[in-house]
Amino acid sequence: MIKKIKIALIGNPNSGKSSVFNALTGLNQKVANFPGVTVEKKTGYTSLRDKFGNTIEAEIIDLPGTYSLYPKSPEERIPFQLLCDPQNEAHPDLTIVVADGANLKRNLFLASQLVDLKIPVVLVINMMDIVRFKKININFEKLSVRLGVPIVSMNARKQEGLKELKEAIAKPFSPPANDFIDIRPFAPEVIDTIRQTVNVNSNYNAFLVANNLDLISNFEIPEFKKEKIRAVCAQYEFNAQQMQAKETLERYRVISTIMNEFISSPENPIQKSPSYRIDNVLTHRFWGYFIFLAVLFLVFQAIFAWAVYPMDLIDSAFAWLSVQVQSSLPPGLINDLLVDGILAGLNGIVVFVPQIALLFFFVAVLEDTGYMSRVSFLMDQLMRKFGLNGKSLIPLMSGVACAVPAIMSTRTISNWKERLITIMVTPLMSCSARLPVYTLLIALIIPSDYIYGVNLQGLVLMFMYLIGFVAAISAAWVMKHILQSTEKSYFVMELPTYRLPRWSTIGIHIAEKVKVFLFEAGKVIVSVSIILWVLSSFGPSGAFDRIEDKYLSETYIRSMPQDEIDRRIQSEKLENSYAGRLGHIIEPVIKPLGYDWKIGIALITSFAAREVFVGTMSTIYSVGDEESSKMTVKEKMRNEIDPETGGPKYTFAVGISLMLFYAFAMQCISTVAVVYRETRKIKYPLIQILYMSGMAYLASLIAYQLLK
Amino acid sequence: MILNKRMGTTIKYLSELKKGQKGIIDSFTDYELSLKLLEMGCIPGEIIEVIRIAPLGDPIAISVAGYMLSLRKAEAATVRLKPN
Repeated sequence: MIKKIKIALIGNPNSGKSSVFNALTGLNQKVANFPGVTVEKKTGYTSLRDKFGNTIEAEIIDLPGTYSLYPKSPEERIPFQLLCDPQNEAHPDLTIVVADGANLKRNLFLASQLVDLKIPVVLVINMMDIVRFKKININFEKLSVRLGVPIVSMNARKQEGLKELKEAIAKPFSPPANDFIDIRPFAPEVIDTIRQTVNVNSNYNAFLVANNLDLISNFEIPEFKKEKIRAVCAQYEFNAQQMQAKETLERYRVISTIMNEFISSPENPIQKSPSYRIDNVLTHRFWGYFIFLAVLFLVFQAIFAWAVYPMDLIDSAFAWLSVQVQSSLPPGLINDLLVDGILAGLNGIVVFVPQIALLFFFVAVLEDTGYMSRVSFLMDQLMRKFGLNGKSLIPLMSGVACAVPAIMSTRTISNWKERLITIMVTPLMSCSARLPVYTLLIALIIPSDYIYGVNLQGLVLMFMYLIGFVAAISAAWVMKHILQSTEKSYFVMELPTYRLPRWSTIGIHIAEKVKVFLFEAGKVIVSVSIILWVLSSFGPSGAFDRIEDKYLSETYIRSMPQDEIDRRIQSEKLENSYAGRLGHIIEPVIKPLGYDWKIGIALITSFAAREVFVGTMSTIYSVGDEESSKMTVKEKMRNEIDPETGGPKYTFAVGISLMLFYAFAMQCISTVAVVYRETRKIKYPLIQILYMSGMAYLASLIAYQLLK
Repeated sequence: MILNKRMGTTIKYLSELKKGQKGIIDSFTDYELSLKLLEMGCIPGEIIEVIRIAPLGDPIAISVAGYMLSLRKAEAATVRLKPN
């Protein structure tokens, strides 16, 4: 007989909860978002055998780390929603509470709340290696009797205690036998009324409902019942904040007596701990910043320089595949769609994987060792002036390589407003896709001269990176003042004990991130790639046929070699495609910036990715005599004549205007897709496109009008 | 520092402690923040010690209930200490 059970895993941050989760489920897990919020919902499966030989299939939900059941933000609602609503589809049959054994006083607080919810509980006392190191003595039997729940001691990193945990889950379970605190006397009338009105399992559950009534949707409790509860709360002057404070004090009072009775610990002054000594260096006024800069430099190097090799490999693999497909299928629409639409789109996604994997390797190591919270500690004073968090520096710097993994890494920032601002401004950092555009334009308009031994072109390139950084920081400062947040921004944060990274956990984490990107952001990217392909490969009816007919005529065939004709056809087709038409249509709008319709086409196709600018330019300018076909894009652009002035088209003013446009404009569907995936609201990527493109337009307009 | 004339002593706040100084939590001046601090184990009567101050002067790190907690100076200024 197979029995199916649902288990919720809950615990403080840094309690080793994910080690327990990974030990229980191994690779048998999947990640999604909880509906409506960007909180990761990890579900894993394990199968157990009880003592009668029956199989138990357990579905384990890993709840986000939390210090208590009181939600302080919409994100923190999840544990509350799941545990306090017996009708919730994910309401568990059993909860595993993971507590850090070396930090029991604070960890028992959450455990005590769960005991009073009267859902069956197994308490895991984790980090037994540290408990032994600190010579803390815990009387497990007596503690178990006192709490009325089974206790399993574990060192989940080393899988120590895993067998015992599985046995405890497989045993028949029942709700905790004792009340940890007696909550009913706090508000007897309110609690009784709620228990009669809605379906809750315990007095404490009723108490939490009264306390968080505003957070409960009408779907969970219908309005007329809420009215009834509100009335009784008002009648007996139920003050939610006071009640919460009173409950917290009472719990800690009981925890103190328990600590005295069942746990003995020698004095462990923090100043004697290894973590304190590590902090002496890592948060030092000089070495702290030096090391942080070195870490940033390393991350930057990895995603900028090291990732190039696997990325080139992926590009060549796709190039090979494209050739194979192109040559094995008959030429035509399907062939083009497969090669230029779908394969190009897929290539555009897969190519991000090395950067994502490398960045998440570093982020996971920094997070897992406990170093990330020290970064906040070091940088908070500086970053909060701009509405950012100390942790925002990692995404911002990674944004110089690529905004896509950078935005995915903002999940380490727990404050929603600070995280949102980081997401909104990160694409302003000059990413590596802008580099080909910058180098092409700089080579075109800036002489390769030296001033005082400094290469002018290099100087301008550095200046473009600086502009990106200044723009990001300024935009953050503006948003700090505009964005409204109901969530109060507290810094109050644990500085966890330093630990060695758990390589298997980090491996799983990287695999998850890559998977999420490939499958969720990937969908959007492929769709938009196909749309762009359609726009640039089709034109209004008959237009393409006329071009082909024209080049079939005697005059062309006789006077031109075949490849020159093909180039001309390609170029004229692009001009007459929908994208080309759009280029013409937007010309009046971009004229004040110094652009013509040809640049307009490049702006449109660049929306797939900025570096497409270079390719589009070379297609547009492929028209010309035999002499010019041997020229590079740069030379062709240099020879382009502005019909109005008779001088070169790409003047200093146009070049600067274009570079500024590419510096600020949001021209990257991958980023748009990831921002949507990370914020779960279409309005944020839309706002981002609008404000960045607005900035780009204004900056280019001013620059061109001043310089021309 | 606020002079409490009735008691004849000076009331101290957590934000005024220097590195290495200890104090006993007495009460809080910000209700909402106090709920967060309470659940993190900052209970009246608990001994706290300033372990570290960030190089830029803010935030600070304290030891409470056997672990290290960091908070901003402005947040520490809402924690009233018992007069010693």
